[in-house]
Amino acid sequence: MRLRNLILGAVCAAALTSPAFAQSLTAITGGRVLTGTSVIENGTVVIQNGRVVSVGTGAAPSGARVIDARGKVVAPGFVAVDSGLGASEISSVGGSDDQSNGANSISASFDVSYGLDPWSFTLPVARLGGITRAIVVPSHPGGGGGNHRDDGDADFAGVGSAGLQAPSLFAGQAAIIHLAQGTDILVKPRVAMVAPFGEAGAGVAGGARGAEFTQFKETLAEVRLYARNKAAYDRAGLRDLSLSRADLEALIPVANGSLPLIVTVHRAADIQQVLRLAREEGVKVILDGAEEGWLVADQIVAAGVPVLLNPISNLPGDLETRAVRMQNAAVLDAAGVVIAIKGNEGSIHRARETRYNAGNAVSHGLPYGAAIEAITVNPAKIFGMAGQFGELRAGAAADVVVWSGDPLEPLSIAETIFIGGAEQAPTSRQFLLRDRYRDGGEGAMPPAYSR
Amino acid sequence: MRLHALRGSSLAVLACVLAGSLALSACATTGGEDKPAADGSSDVEARQPLARGLDYAANPDPFPSTYRGLPRENMAIVGGTVFDGAGRKIENGVVIVTDGKVAAVGDASTPVPGGHRVVDARGRFVTPGIIDVHSHLGVYPSPGVSGMSDGNEATNPNTAQVWAEHSLWPQDPGFNAARAGGVTTLQILPGSANLFGGRGVTVRNVPSVTMQGMKMPGAPYGLKMACGENPSRVYGGRNTSPATGMGNVAGYRAAFIAAREYKAKWDKWRDDGEGSPPTRNLQLETLAGVLDGSVLIQNHCYRADEMAVMIDIAKEFGYRITAFHHAIEAYKVAPLLAREGICADMWAGWWGFKMEALDAVEANAALVDAPQGSCAVIHSDDAELTQRLNQETAAALAAGRRMGMNISEERAISWITLNPARSLGIADQTGSLEAGKRADVVIWSANPFSVYARADQVFIDGGLSFDRMNPAYQPLSDYELGQPGFGLSAANVPQGAR
Repeated sequence: MRLRNLILGAVCAAALTSPAFAQSLTAITGGRVLTGTSVIENGTVVIQNGRVVSVGTGAAPSGARVIDARGKVVAPGFVAVDSGLGASEISSVGGSDDQSNGANSISASFDVSYGLDPWSFTLPVARLGGITRAIVVPSHPGGGGGNHRDDGDADFAGVGSAGLQAPSLFAGQAAIIHLAQGTDILVKPRVAMVAPFGEAGAGVAGGARGAEFTQFKETLAEVRLYARNKAAYDRAGLRDLSLSRADLEALIPVANGSLPLIVTVHRAADIQQVLRLAREEGVKVILDGAEEGWLVADQIVAAGVPVLLNPISNLPGDLETRAVRMQNAAVLDAAGVVIAIKGNEGSIHRARETRYNAGNAVSHGLPYGAAIEAITVNPAKIFGMAGQFGELRAGAAADVVVWSGDPLEPLSIAETIFIGGAEQAPTSRQFLLRDRYRDGGEGAMPPAYSR
Repeated sequence: MRLHALRGSSLAVLACVLAGSLALSACATTGGEDKPAADGSSDVEARQPLARGLDYAANPDPFPSTYRGLPRENMAIVGGTVFDGAGRKIENGVVIVTDGKVAAVGDASTPVPGGHRVVDARGRFVTPGIIDVHSHLGVYPSPGVSGMSDGNEATNPNTAQVWAEHSLWPQDPGFNAARAGGVTTLQILPGSANLFGGRGVTVRNVPSVTMQGMKMPGAPYGLKMACGENPSRVYGGRNTSPATGMGNVAGYRAAFIAAREYKAKWDKWRDDGEGSPPTRNLQLETLAGVLDGSVLIQNHCYRADEMAVMIDIAKEFGYRITAFHHAIEAYKVAPLLAREGICADMWAGWWGFKMEALDAVEANAALVDAPQGSCAVIHSDDAELTQRLNQETAAALAAGRRMGMNISEERAISWITLNPARSLGIADQTGSLEAGKRADVVIWSANPFSVYARADQVFIDGGLSFDRMNPAYQPLSDYELGQPGFGLSAANVPQGAR
């Protein structure tokens, strides 16, 4: 009996994610639709073949499966930025962490996409929090946001938040994933390079900020030299360069401005220097962190640089975040900066808190619509995927979540989740554990006998 | 609450009652430690007092609270939706505050005494002040830079002799941020590197130049203990014991054996006065305080199986565990915890950062709350999360409802009000809006289970400690003065300092 249930369950789960199911015509009707850029009351979202067919107020097309969303909110799936989803399972277990790399010959060339695990148990948990896509980044000192201390764990581990993984200025390359059940979560590898600046970056270069900027410029000069003289390099006819061939190769698109560089930076003064560096070197940057960004918002917007930020960072945890404010998101948005809102603690296990962070930005001055954009259309735009996901509009991937209420509210629940048109089973390992102990766990049979 | 009903009396009195098994001179002369014994009626009592500082009982409160409370006025908070923390929800409620205490709580018909200022809370929500049972504010302050990291005396697995209050930096800006989130009382704990991390201290969240100015009068001390991965990793990593879970347990037991002997020596000496007095030992003194019930066990413990072992150790040596902190797997032993009268202090959203945090479920608090006699608490352990314990509770509530549990908001609010007060042994003083308790009150802009709710006003002992609309009541620590961004308004919205 139990075995049969198991098989039925497996078949069921497979059906939910099979391409056939993803192709079926589905209409979600009657809900308050947040398209990502606008709101449609009593809207109808039609999806088929993994994509959004239409978004409007019309009736459901005939033959469509209809999901009644009256009294509910329909939103695009949220996009986690600065995330480790699928790349790190249990933070303290090194073997399960493919987000960081210590080899000094593989730094800029480190590619997180090879370490992604579609079977990671972090994915269903994030999904239940409405996350359907993520920008997975190599872990890097100074990043993360939303500190976790476990009573000062970091303190006795011997390294603080600026603990260094790699001797290079570059942490490696980010990838885009989707969170649908299945055997492949990779959407696009190598979408951005990651580099820490500020205290963490200075630490890599030897301790001083001036050293890092100098080393950065020298590195780009070497990359350009290499790019112009690959043949000479291959026959050992070029002077010694400080990076491995793989790293030099990986940095060519950064040096020519075609691959964005995610720069983790906190202090206003450092933001100014990074903007200047980007201008001088022709590098396309995305600011990450930028806690003191509100002090130089006009310069950030003038540079046309987007910002990944955690709006609940409001404590001066070190000397490069003394001006942190809950209003950072509101100020940057008002100035015209394109912002994306991050989850907590590296957006792996706590990626699901992204929506709460957006809500807290709203209660500190960010317009509601801007908060929704910051977790949907903006991340897609920042990483070159505008119109492809993070938005309910014709042609976009059918990442659609039906919420019991306002998705930024902790009391609201993601009831129905589509990713790429495939409906996702609303469960996780945590739900299985929860249900096992629903009645106290003191029955005649030990909890281990329940599934 | 019943379980902690005796814990509210002042520490000095408590210490006298519990430490002195017989009528002892020290209790009669607390604060006058050099005076001779009280009445000289027996040989025992006639003996010479020990030199100053050598007899715990002569001065059981050596770092006394100097907390005075902020200026206050009598008031009536009217028209709001009141969650009283003890399970009641009152629409259009009235909370009467007189002389810093809650005088009455009721519906709109509750009479307002003459002379009380009327505070209009229409459209808003009123709750008890939030209590965070697990904070490292002040001991792991902002900035967390070298020279300011004072939370873990990770030099020996047993540092029961250290007191968090001696590391507490009152200028930590985090206290102000927590207050803007409605937190009026916190327990500041040492870290979890050690089996016995030291004493915690319960503070009122008022700005103060000194630790003593925040210290909550009459709150019992807690002793931080730690199960699991942290102690065994820290000391095992140094190739010393404990390196394993079994090493941890051997360490707890050895310490309580020594504490029993120490206590017996003092008890005997106080009893018969024969021989030399025992040498005072701060480490064993704290553990003896656990054995006599004056120091509450606050036990960092993630796994259910480890909780069960800790309960047996407590029984072996005859003490009580007041709370398991972080309690990731409390839901697996919820009926056991309820039977033993142990609080489970939990997060809703944290998980997966190490093996012992693997089996976390968001519904933990809801499942722990279910049995009769339970004590479910939401805590922070984090300077950011402490500012939003109401939202963490909302997430925990939603998780319970999602699995079909019928839990009301007026019940769930107790997870951050009355239950944490029980977890700290101060439920007779605060944690709910009930007549006679300290007037620790938050007026919220909206339902506190909403992400958009902000604490508009925060009262501590009836004194206005924070007002979101009035910069005069948005204190800044000395550290924050003149720092980058100081004096600049980040956005044109009513707000606290940060």
